[in-house]
Amino acid sequence: MAAVNADNHGLRLVTRYVVLTLIAIIFIFPLIFMMVSSLKPDLQLLRDTSSVRAFLPVGDISLNNYTAAFSRAPVGLFVFNSVLVTGATVVLSLFLCSMAAFSFVFLNWQGRDLLLSVIIATLIVPFETIAIPLLLLVSKLPWIGFDGLSFGWLNSYRVQIIPWIADGLTVFLFVQFFKDLPRELIEASRVEGATWWQIYRRVVMPLSGPVLATAAILKFLVMYNQYLWPLIVVQEETYRPVLVGLQYFFQLNTAWGEIMAYLTVITLPVLAFYLVLQRAFIASIASTGVKG
Amino acid sequence: MTNTKTLAGALLLTTSFGSMAMAQTELTMWYHGGGNEVESAIITQIVDDFNAGQADWMVTVESFPQGSYNDSVVAGALAGNLPCILDVDGPVMPNWAWAGYMQPLPISDAAIEGHLESTIGRWGGEVYSVGLWEAAVALYARQSTLDELGLRTPTLDSPWTLEEFMGALEAAKASGKYEYAFDPGMAWTGEWYPYAFSPFLQSFGGDIVDRSTYQTADGVLNGDAGLAFGAWWQSLFTEGYAPGTSQDPADRDTGFIDGKYAFSWNGNWAGVATLDGGVEDVVFLPAPDFGNGSVIGAGSWQFGASGTCAHPEGVAAFVEHALQDKYLAAFSDGIGLIPSTTEGAALTANYNAGGALEPFFGLSEAQALVRPVSPGYVVAAKVFEKALADIANGADVADTLDAAVDEIDADIERNGGYGH
Repeated sequence: MAAVNADNHGLRLVTRYVVLTLIAIIFIFPLIFMMVSSLKPDLQLLRDTSSVRAFLPVGDISLNNYTAAFSRAPVGLFVFNSVLVTGATVVLSLFLCSMAAFSFVFLNWQGRDLLLSVIIATLIVPFETIAIPLLLLVSKLPWIGFDGLSFGWLNSYRVQIIPWIADGLTVFLFVQFFKDLPRELIEASRVEGATWWQIYRRVVMPLSGPVLATAAILKFLVMYNQYLWPLIVVQEETYRPVLVGLQYFFQLNTAWGEIMAYLTVITLPVLAFYLVLQRAFIASIASTGVKG
Repeated sequence: MTNTKTLAGALLLTTSFGSMAMAQTELTMWYHGGGNEVESAIITQIVDDFNAGQADWMVTVESFPQGSYNDSVVAGALAGNLPCILDVDGPVMPNWAWAGYMQPLPISDAAIEGHLESTIGRWGGEVYSVGLWEAAVALYARQSTLDELGLRTPTLDSPWTLEEFMGALEAAKASGKYEYAFDPGMAWTGEWYPYAFSPFLQSFGGDIVDRSTYQTADGVLNGDAGLAFGAWWQSLFTEGYAPGTSQDPADRDTGFIDGKYAFSWNGNWAGVATLDGGVEDVVFLPAPDFGNGSVIGAGSWQFGASGTCAHPEGVAAFVEHALQDKYLAAFSDGIGLIPSTTEGAALTANYNAGGALEPFFGLSEAQALVRPVSPGYVVAAKVFEKALADIANGADVADTLDAAVDEIDADIERNGGYGH
């Protein structure tokens, strides 16, 4: 009987791994296709799409597409812009949204629940509906810089960062997480004479690793994949991010190999960011049920 | 002493150049060639030559990728952030002129004399934009295919009739050598549909809108000619002559070269790639005549002055400078497009007499018809695209065209007739 159970267990294990492997392959195939195609000349790339060769680095393989991609567009500048805008927004967003959530969960003030409801309600408003009013607003906002007072935020990093710092989803994630923290910790800290700022900084945030990772990854993806907003507020190449830069490769005769090379390059920061935070991200999904 | 002379010379030079720069008024320019190294290099050369050749104007260029250029311009207009010199796609120009994004271009008649008419953007009786090149579409075929199938080679003077064209498709289909007889290019969406396929409708006798008034599409898009066109269009797919809307983009790019298609409806920009792909006996045939003459689309990118530009005369000076034959030829040799003058064509490698792509120049001269010159075209074009895709996918022809007419007419009415 024990032998039968062991066999069943082994069979189940094999079946499970086969299924998981198949699912993993399905998810990883587009990445493999992208990376392999980035090594092929266009004619071969297009001809290979109808066979398994599309996923194999065979035929006329070279790094020419990468050379051509960097020659066609300032790829490094676009990646730098995206990483800068994304990084700044993520950091500022985590800070401000977590503070807002802290206030909603732990502080008592009038209108708190109503304001939280309004903030969460913004989740259902598509960005496209406010894009034009926001454009008109930022095109006239004042700014004090090295040149003194000026008006209009167009063609800058700040116009890509500031409007995206606060958002309902990030506040909501922090609120949900903070609600599950033991109240006793907060009360004990208050009894010990800790200020709210000290509680936020020394008690709550050190316990918020999983939600910080989740919020950071979700925010990172949103910001790194920005297209419409930078398209309408940035007219100078100096400030363009990666997805607007992708359009450089769609010409009369589309350079598919170069597109794949470009996509491979701009995917690297996303993969690196995820790999760094994946353990905390998975822990957060397991503990909060957030499916991103 | 030598050092003193060098210093004095340097001071003199910097002072002179400084004075010239001070005297020049800056004209900002947006251009759609971002990502096209060759095109960008030519534009830079033209601008550098212009800036160095006169003392009044200093053009500075900001390049945009073509795919997002129109959206950037519309956003710039909303935010009051347009440049002085605008690059505009021909069929879009009337919309931008009507919306106030552009103003008339005070260019002399002499400067545009002899240019292909389709490269000159006119709206309300005035010139708004001028282009350095044109694009054209032809029916790609192999001479060997025509010979094997026993088909007459059509010419500009004697293009295929509807019967001859369908006979050619049937012969190709019956030969069993091709996946499809005809590749219209269904994988290319967007402006390709009205640019490439509305000429078929016009050859049947219909149109996207009634050009006599520009107030309705009724009777031209869904009239007898429109219905005949729609039935024919649908038959291409139901009879298995052409791949449908699910065509693999890869097949669109290489299907003709690979021998999957006997005939391909494609632009001059694919000519060099086809020759490089080994199709040495490629022939560029004129559009078939479906009863009302052979027609191909026309109108490419052009330069004009934005509505907020305070110096339209400076824009005109730049455009006149850019219209030199040597620049037309440079663009043609660089990116394969058709020069807007015969003199420019004579200087090119592909469009001169006997050049590999010379037939396209003749096609532009003989068959080109600009898309409807109306601000409403940008909406009508999208409606037309959807209607053709729906019909290709089996939708009822009459119902689909009637619905398209309703949508186009409603848009015209909403916009008060678009100023016609």
